[in-house]
Amino acid sequence: MSLADRLRGLGKVEELKDGVVSIEVPPEDLKRVAEALLDLGFDHLVNVEGVDLPSEGKIGLIYHASSYEGEFLGKLIALKTKLDRSSPKVESLMDVWPNAIYMERETWELLGIEFEGHPELEHLLLPPWWSDIPPLRKEFKVKQEGYIVDLTR
Amino acid sequence: MISRGKEVLSKYFTYRRLSESDREGLFEVNIGPQHPASGHMRIIVRLDGDLVLDAEPDIGYVHRTMEKLAENMEYIKAQMLFERAAILDSCNITLGYIRALEKLLGVEAPPRAKYLRTLLCEIDRIASHLYGFGIGSIMLNHSTMYMWSFGLREVWLQLAEDLSGARLTHAYNIPGGVRADLPKGFKENADKAIKYTKKVLKDMMRIFFNNPNIRSRLEGVGVLRREDAIRLGIVGPNLRASGVRYDARLVERYGAYSELEFEVPVRKEGDCLARYLLRVDEIEQSMRIIKQALKDMPEGRLLCDEFYNKLSPSAKKLMEGERFVKFPAAFVTLKPEAGEATARVEMGHGEVFYHLISDGSRRPYRVRVVTPSFRNLILFRHLSIGERFMDFPAIYGSLDYFPPEADR
Amino acid sequence: MSCPRSGTILVGELEECAKKAARWLVERTPIRELRDWGISFSLWPVHLTTSCCGCEFAAASDPRFDFERFGFLPFVSPRQTNVLFVEGTLSKKMAEAAKIIYQQMPAPKFVVAMGACALDGGIFHNSYNIVKVHEILPVDVYIPGCPPRPEAVARAILMLQRRVRSGKYTWEGVPK
Repeated sequence: MSLADRLRGLGKVEELKDGVVSIEVPPEDLKRVAEALLDLGFDHLVNVEGVDLPSEGKIGLIYHASSYEGEFLGKLIALKTKLDRSSPKVESLMDVWPNAIYMERETWELLGIEFEGHPELEHLLLPPWWSDIPPLRKEFKVKQEGYIVDLTR
Repeated sequence: MISRGKEVLSKYFTYRRLSESDREGLFEVNIGPQHPASGHMRIIVRLDGDLVLDAEPDIGYVHRTMEKLAENMEYIKAQMLFERAAILDSCNITLGYIRALEKLLGVEAPPRAKYLRTLLCEIDRIASHLYGFGIGSIMLNHSTMYMWSFGLREVWLQLAEDLSGARLTHAYNIPGGVRADLPKGFKENADKAIKYTKKVLKDMMRIFFNNPNIRSRLEGVGVLRREDAIRLGIVGPNLRASGVRYDARLVERYGAYSELEFEVPVRKEGDCLARYLLRVDEIEQSMRIIKQALKDMPEGRLLCDEFYNKLSPSAKKLMEGERFVKFPAAFVTLKPEAGEATARVEMGHGEVFYHLISDGSRRPYRVRVVTPSFRNLILFRHLSIGERFMDFPAIYGSLDYFPPEADR
Repeated sequence: MSCPRSGTILVGELEECAKKAARWLVERTPIRELRDWGISFSLWPVHLTTSCCGCEFAAASDPRFDFERFGFLPFVSPRQTNVLFVEGTLSKKMAEAAKIIYQQMPAPKFVVAMGACALDGGIFHNSYNIVKVHEILPVDVYIPGCPPRPEAVARAILMLQRRVRSGKYTWEGVPK
């Protein structure tokens, strides 16, 4: 049984072109599916990423995990979920993968997602007196200069 | 390491912050941005006498917001931002971005370009490890080793400059191939450099790694156990010195690594000395790869066929004759199809991960990069708790942590 | 000048006059030239690595390019240094640290802005987290390049030395 077949009961499974297997789950099931992945052998976290999708009114949250030994050596798996844009809240996965402590802190700071159960949600990269909206949201525009200015963006 | 310290600290969980009542009576030392051995960051160390109870890193001093700026630039321009993240290793860190972009565009580099990319990647890996030795030895106040490793690094930077035109920011990888070919006399210079490096490495082993003063500061200090290294997601030589055999070059099979014969060194002890000696082993393996790549390099084009057909006739003649690439106009309006792509590359410091999301326009929708130093950041807390304060610079130097890379 | 009463110490204008006379004497040509010559050959920078041009600054001290022969010795404490090298981009957190260190350095002090990011932002010019150097510190020498070669750093040091010896600088609180 391939990896995609084994995970079929957990969520919406899709196998992407470059070999990455992605599962999409609703936010309430996130921790349960993460623990199932840990039991399968995906023992460390590679990436925590937030994607701002203003056209759908949601913020996407992606966890990439991989394995250092065993049958899934080097295989990447992407655990995706979508949160409501006006108040994004999700449970922290620090008990499953302890590496998430700094990556979730950075995602909170740059996109505004609240991780419940995270012990230190404070500014990591931005200065502590930062008072604007989270920078990676699409409303936050950086100023453009140049002799040809693209007014469509 | 003393047993009394470990017993005292066993009630503190590494990943939970010390509460206010725990912090009373502790001495707080600020190893700040202005310090000969702190790098571009601040570490707040809380001491009880001479024992370290908490070492909290305060990063963000070099945060240059590369992910946000890349959403406003065309694909070919955004590569220059990521090059400045790890300026020592710029071929490796841009290769990840270029590979993810090539997956979205559906092109692949020709064989000669793959060998040339491998060549420059290995030169950069040697230069990055020597920089790590220099900075690590400054933290132990051994300035002779700093001068020797930086002096040896100049030999390799001169080779990289002959190949690509710049010492540090090579800008060598382009989507579909490389930018220039080998100059005349490169092979003889590379052979001379390899012979010289082998001689100097033997002297470096005598004055630094086998020096009884330095060995007593590094041996048995900051031991990272195998299970912890796996659970915390550590990458690079820090992981391989704890007994885990994982290298992104073997897993992703990019470049010419699947055709060249080399070994991935692994050590078991996990202390600071093992991390340093592993980097020496990696330098020797890199020299082996460079020799083979120069011997077995196939003939061929520098750019893939899809982009070669878009060049103007004079640019085609330039590429055949003088062997460097003038960019086609198609590079500015590259429009990959909508979708996502991931790529992983092994740098000198570890494995870097790129995730590129595109919506079909000229500019990327989201670029996410996770650098090896950002993943190793948790080792500051994990390794130094329970050690004495003077072991802290030894641990920091052996981790090869580069702050501009972690802050992006 | 206040008249000395019995039992009082001589204070006030006599001390001020003595200080002004000493400063005037030091600004006279033979002593001033000697003092400028001494300062120019012992410019000590602070250990503040700002950003990625710090790699080329460290490479400028290695055996191939050696800036210590110009009298440049990076020193630990900011209270005993002359020159602040801003190498590369200044983010907002680092700008606060650089300003505090600049205020801690004693006069005469100089600032050298190294790299394209220190000139006017460089490739990160429209980022939300950077500060341009000339807005917070008075710069004496600019070095263009991304990153500048170590030979350019050596040239900047020699340029600064020539400027100091030419007598263009007035130190704080000294009438010219």
